[in-house]
Amino acid sequence: MSIEVKNLTYIYSEGLPHEQVAVDDVSFEIGDESVLGIMGHTGSGKSTLVQHLNGLIKPKSGQVIVDGEDITAGRADMSRIRKNVGLVFQYPEYQLFEETCYLDVAFGPKNMGCDEEETQRRVKEAIGLVGLDYEEIKDKSPFDLSGGQKRRIAMAGVIAMKPKILILDEPTAGLDPEAKRGILQLVRDVHEHEKNIIVMISHNMTDVACMCDKVIVMDRGRKLMDGTPSEIFAHRKELESIGLSVPPALELIQKLRERGIDISEDAFTAMEAADVICEVLK
Amino acid sequence: MDRIICIENLILEYQAEEGSEPKRAVDDVSIDIERGSFTAVIGRNGSGKSTLAKTMNALLLPTEGKVYTAGFDTADAEHLWDIRQNAGMVFQNPDNQLVSAIVEDDVAFGPENIGVDPDQIRVRVDEALTAVNMYDYRKKAPHMLSGGQKQRIAIAGIIAMKPACIIFDEPTAMLDPKGRKDVLGIIHKLHDEGITVVLITHFMEEAAQADTVVILDNGRIAAKGTPEEVFSLRNVIQSAGLEMPFAADVADRLRAKGIDISEGILEMDELVEAICQLK
Amino acid sequence: MLRDITLGQYYPGESLVHKLDARIKIIATVAFIAAVFIVDNFYGFVIIMAALAAVIGISKVPLKFILRGLKPVFVIILFTFVLNLFMIRGEVLWSLGFLHITKQGLHTAVFLAIRLIFLIIGSSMLTLTTRPISLTDGIEKLLNPLKRFKVPAHELAMMMTIALRFIPTLMEETDKIMKAQQARGADFESGNLMRRIKALIPILVPLFISAFRIASDLAMAMEARCYRGDHGRTRMNAMKIQKRDIAAVALTLFFLAATVAERIVF
Repeated sequence: MSIEVKNLTYIYSEGLPHEQVAVDDVSFEIGDESVLGIMGHTGSGKSTLVQHLNGLIKPKSGQVIVDGEDITAGRADMSRIRKNVGLVFQYPEYQLFEETCYLDVAFGPKNMGCDEEETQRRVKEAIGLVGLDYEEIKDKSPFDLSGGQKRRIAMAGVIAMKPKILILDEPTAGLDPEAKRGILQLVRDVHEHEKNIIVMISHNMTDVACMCDKVIVMDRGRKLMDGTPSEIFAHRKELESIGLSVPPALELIQKLRERGIDISEDAFTAMEAADVICEVLK
Repeated sequence: MDRIICIENLILEYQAEEGSEPKRAVDDVSIDIERGSFTAVIGRNGSGKSTLAKTMNALLLPTEGKVYTAGFDTADAEHLWDIRQNAGMVFQNPDNQLVSAIVEDDVAFGPENIGVDPDQIRVRVDEALTAVNMYDYRKKAPHMLSGGQKQRIAIAGIIAMKPACIIFDEPTAMLDPKGRKDVLGIIHKLHDEGITVVLITHFMEEAAQADTVVILDNGRIAAKGTPEEVFSLRNVIQSAGLEMPFAADVADRLRAKGIDISEGILEMDELVEAICQLK
Repeated sequence: MLRDITLGQYYPGESLVHKLDARIKIIATVAFIAAVFIVDNFYGFVIIMAALAAVIGISKVPLKFILRGLKPVFVIILFTFVLNLFMIRGEVLWSLGFLHITKQGLHTAVFLAIRLIFLIIGSSMLTLTTRPISLTDGIEKLLNPLKRFKVPAHELAMMMTIALRFIPTLMEETDKIMKAQQARGADFESGNLMRRIKALIPILVPLFISAFRIASDLAMAMEARCYRGDHGRTRMNAMKIQKRDIAAVALTLFFLAATVAERIVF
């Protein structure tokens, strides 16, 4: 499984006075079982970009090729594309609508044409994967859950479709530190269990650094950089100029290096930073 | 000591459903907020911090205990508008607090409500928009602006009422890094100009810059003190579902590895300095 | 696309029409609507057309922009035209099977279509050249005398203000929810009517919840900003009648008189 994006361009409100190029000639590839991070501030085009990956938006020009099939072609089979490419929107808990958690999670699998038995199997598995207790929660109304649980159930609704590519638009937005850690662990678990491709939009530099194999930086619709987290975060000044930053651990190390301390740049978290600092101090 | 907000043994209960047992959102909390101070309140979702904030300007009234704002008892309906004019509030969702379809008309909403003279409103609106660096956007429609810009408009709407104190209820939770930086910059600027700030937040780095930090857990105060004091309590922070500010976290871990690094480090540059001195 | 609808939108500008007092513009619009129904012949429409053309010219709102507002109502205009064309009895001009076009039918159909187009363009000139807040303020001021009879003028105006503010927000929200459910395999486009109505539930439920959340957040925010109805409330843009407003009233009266005179004479 792979995704190939070729020269993708999309224009909002074309022909109107407030016309805007949202995605401007963007190309990249994602390989099998990898985790891709997309960074950029509001209006950089990252949300528009990912909506092309499951055909929710048709590009003005360019192609999106999922597993060898051009999904931007007119004859593309949308239901199969949506089955293969799952998209969890920002604040997904705002899309819950069913009477029970079971029915809400089952919405996707049923739309895909799964039978009763298969649907139940998938719902059970997805609810387990997002770290909730199936028996306890299945008959509860999703609206009675806590904020963090609501988000988990909403994510389960997409995970139950077993997409080969799972796109997450800022999955931790608005959560407290503990809930954030929980959601990130959930994404890791799903990735490990499903062996799928993950595409994650995030504002948290440390999360991107720790979770992604490859990172794309978007700015005003264009792809500014792509590479491994280490490659990307070596460009601190450039990132800061577009309102982004590097993980604090790297910032610390880079600042220490600027002060003439020869220290390894191999640290993304506070724990790793403490380790490498300890090495040079001892 | 001149206290602008004074909370005494506050208990706040609410009923989730009719007929159910009342739940305690705030449980025996006492806090004094000095005029001109900067207080951060942190705690996980559901710890009662937003509820506590809403008692400060009489959006919620105590079940037991007392809240005094600007010298008025919040339970005293007669001074409701004095309390709310003195203690402004900025909310989490930038979209859902703007009333008007044009920026400057929205900023005028508060002053209009408290009956300021039309000429004076114009002056206040222009000043407030300039203070949040949004004067050039005064004729725009809010839905055309970014989250950070909308939040700055919301702040301008409060400043225009000339409050002594502003309570920020997770103002940066829904913003991107740039928007968060802009909004925080403005909060600090207002504090420098003498406005009392109460900041409810999920971001430890934001709390580390306050004068006083309060940790709420399960409706109770788990810790209260200067950021240096509070962020030295790793166990309390962890059990409250929070995390250490990055620099404090690294310093703490270095200390655990037997490195003698100075206490009370909260900022990145302090940490860089301290490490360089050890080298 | 939803966002391409210009009906009811404000077109920013600094023209004389933009600067007129909202109350005067509302009264002039009402007069215009009355005039459209007063005239009943070709010459009358020429007068109205001339007046409308003058207002559009002075306002500097591009004609293209105005005409785009007609698009969504075009179907309604066409429908009434066809209905009138065939339904009215009289002197038969042309017939096909059981369908007859009569002289009276043609006359009524053409006149009604012209009236509808004038009505829409005329009233959209009001919204195009008046800031939403001025419009609601104007309505409130005009309704003020009715307060005595318990007409909630201020509340009505505030409701309009909020509606104008949140329509774009709710449209965005609808778009987001639709896409999210589509991503979960929801299908809004195929199946019979019953199926399509059922397919709307996954959109309507979250949308309702969103709307209620917005309403409760906004109510809280308004309270925190000392809102208590129009009690002791002042306005930043206090409305003052100026010379140009008086001139506009005079012109409106002249226009109304002209249409009445025209009807009597011809």
